[in-house]
Amino acid sequence: MPKVTIDGKTIEVPQGTTILQAARMIGEEVTPPAMCYYTSLKTSGGYCRTCIVKVSKMSEANPNPIPKPVASCRTNCEEGMEVMNYTSPEIIEARKGVVEFLLANHPLDCPICDQAGECHLQDLSYEHGSDDTRYEFERRKFKKIDLGPFIQLHMTRCILCYRCVKVADQLTDHRVHGVLNRGEVSEISTYITTAIDNDFSGNMIDVCPVGALTDKTFRFKSRVWFTNPVSAHRDCEKCCGKVTLWYKGDDVLRVTARKDKWGEAEEFICNDCRFEKKQTLDWTIEGPAKISRHSVISANHYEKMVEPSLFKLNDIKPFEDQ
Amino acid sequence: MSKKLLTEHFGVQGIDQLPVYKQHGGYSALEKAFKKTPDEIVQEVIASGLRGRGGAGFPTGKKWSFIDKKSGKPRYLVCNADESEPGTFKDRYLMEVNPHLLIEGMIISSFALGANLSFIYIRGELLYVYHILEKAIAEAYEAGYLGKNILGTGYDLELYCHTGGGAYICGEETALIESLEGKRGNPRIKPPFPAISGLYNNPTVVNNVESIATVVPIINMGGEEYAKIGIGNSKGTKLISACGHIKKPGIYEIELGLPVEEFIYSDSYCGGIRGGRKLKAVVAGGSSVPILPAELILKTEKGEPRLMSYESLAEGGFASGTMLGSGGFIVMDETTSIVKNLFNFTRFYHHESCGQCSPCREGTAWMEKILHRILHGHGTLKDVDLLWTLQKNIDGKTICPLGDAAAWPVASAIRHFRAEFEDFVEHPEKYQDVKHYFNQIEDKQLA
Ligand SMILES: Cc1cc2nc3c(=O)[nH]c(=O)nc-3n(C[C@H](O)[C@H](O)[C@H](O)COP(=O)(O)O)c2cc1C
Ligand code: SF4
Ligand code: SF4
Ligand code: SF4
Ligand code: FES
Repeated sequence: MPKVTIDGKTIEVPQGTTILQAARMIGEEVTPPAMCYYTSLKTSGGYCRTCIVKVSKMSEANPNPIPKPVASCRTNCEEGMEVMNYTSPEIIEARKGVVEFLLANHPLDCPICDQAGECHLQDLSYEHGSDDTRYEFERRKFKKIDLGPFIQLHMTRCILCYRCVKVADQLTDHRVHGVLNRGEVSEISTYITTAIDNDFSGNMIDVCPVGALTDKTFRFKSRVWFTNPVSAHRDCEKCCGKVTLWYKGDDVLRVTARKDKWGEAEEFICNDCRFEKKQTLDWTIEGPAKISRHSVISANHYEKMVEPSLFKLNDIKPFEDQ
Repeated sequence: MSKKLLTEHFGVQGIDQLPVYKQHGGYSALEKAFKKTPDEIVQEVIASGLRGRGGAGFPTGKKWSFIDKKSGKPRYLVCNADESEPGTFKDRYLMEVNPHLLIEGMIISSFALGANLSFIYIRGELLYVYHILEKAIAEAYEAGYLGKNILGTGYDLELYCHTGGGAYICGEETALIESLEGKRGNPRIKPPFPAISGLYNNPTVVNNVESIATVVPIINMGGEEYAKIGIGNSKGTKLISACGHIKKPGIYEIELGLPVEEFIYSDSYCGGIRGGRKLKAVVAGGSSVPILPAELILKTEKGEPRLMSYESLAEGGFASGTMLGSGGFIVMDETTSIVKNLFNFTRFYHHESCGQCSPCREGTAWMEKILHRILHGHGTLKDVDLLWTLQKNIDGKTICPLGDAAAWPVASAIRHFRAEFEDFVEHPEKYQDVKHYFNQIEDKQLA
């Protein structure tokens, strides 16, 4: 059981625990943001680089620092390891740089984006970014693609976190989903834009940290902060059947997996539960869902988010290709 | 002239054919090796002090000693023949002229590592070299150097040559492994390192063509004897591919420790600068390593002569030094525009980024766009500062070293030639020829 110290707080963790997991055990105040890591998806993480931290002491056995920042989501704790996150000005600066890169080609058209209010990129840029952009070139745009009847992909908003690729790999039987091209023009695709037809494909929507993969049955029905999340369950033969229902008045507008404190699905749900069961009668209601840090109606959080200083007005252009 | 260990027989007619190769002592190292145990061979290579010739300069024997022999999993040797770094063209030449040297090295190295299945992963554009290798491999099978029970020793080895699709990133060892497995060539996140979990999740060693070929002379002469060549921790000879504004571009086998000045100006090597012009700058080890101005490449900051060795080229760190890298030696005379050259490099890294991690994916593209704007005469002084911070934000924050490789040329060009960048953005009209060149390529490249 290695003991690791993050920003001066020490914790003992099981062998094989990553720095990010250890930080989450200690608490939010030392936890780096994670845009691509997803606990339940194997080999996720390492891509976005927002979770970088400084290892100022590798271990008791080897007290040297690691010269470069490491991705905390993919680096295991060692006995006696010392890590600096928010106590390292270097890391705060470096992370600002990463956020700037993530936003460089991002439309930031939150006012017309269905994810607004529960978008991890909004939170990230608000909490870890700078309040101006230095990117002055045209941003890349893609056409929207329908992935079957329920899911829409809008690559323009994708941050290439690879989470949906891992879902396709690990949760569904046939992988019909991957990355095309390389570098700045990489895109998520089903290659032949045929329908993703699989019982668990809807989980891509939940794992997507931004508004790139959205629920077509919910799109633009309502802003999320006008809906009420309610925990509910049903007997499902395909999945755990434990969900959050999002109500507006008496109508269930959408169904999602339950999210934990870190915005991750507690358990994945099947497409039947997600897309087909939209009557209150389908469900046993448990009561109001608790609101996670990264969700919706942390309302005044959201209000701060759209402060004009954050987005230059001329960045917010509607898209021609809609 | 210094010792020729790799290129000794390059002039021999038909050396690419097995009988001729054998007449010149070919496959004698293999027979010698089979008289040793695998561990003894590893020891010879450790004793030789050979450092990886693919760019990073990691000691080859040490790398071999890391391979997991305990788990009992199959082990693989993979030869990295993806050579695609701008300025580097030594491996191609070696394989083209003397394919059996590489194959003999592959057999000895595989034997040392206990690998029964090995691969040469060759860059897709080198299809004609692939055919040369295939022919040589067939000859080696025919002669009993490959296959089952090689030379009656009971050792089996299957050797395959596999072509890549022509992506620079597939030269990064874990991307290469992914590609060899038939997947998209994305670098893996390390650890685990290939020595523990590489190809098909089994222990794997990836070595450069030249590193593997060098095992042949090491076995022939003995590791200790080999270690007498060279200087300091830079042992042996190294192939340098020299290009740019020199009188005699080409491949040179040098003894490590040769003074850079002698290499550039001696008639035995580059023969001096073309047209009697003045030397302006050198990129000493392939496009990724920092560019140095003439005064710093010939002499170190301390005023000592700079030598062609891992240590001497790195003397002064990145502030005033560079790296031996892969041995791609690019010489620029006084007529060269550093800004234009940097655009060219940056365009390359943008094009070759695999796009997995955000700093490299977005940063390489962004830097290219800024340089594009500067070349078009629309740059500002702020752009130079922006380039500087962008490279800083990429450096050290990516999954694989391609991000660093994209950042270093930008950092070093601005560090040593800032005045030229400033002059360019303030007086773009002085650089019209650059713009003309640029207009020609832009339609094709920047759609
Ligand atoms: C982007 C990138 C491209 C590379 N390309 C090559 C290459 O073409 N050939 C090569 O031998 N090594 C290349 N390398 C280095 C390899 O990852 C690896 O270190 C090398 O093959 C190890 O061989 P060595 O120890 O014999 O030098 C590259 C590395 C990076 C990051
Ligand atoms: S994904 Fe949508 S809500 Fe999130 S930052 Fe982008 S535009 Fe805004
Ligand atoms: S579509 Fe969403 S989940 Fe998939 S890579 Fe893009 S941002 Fe990540
Ligand atoms: S540094 Fe560049 S090439 Fe390497 S993994 Fe990241 S995006 Fe890919
Ligand atoms: S969360 Fe660790 S790199 Fe993305």
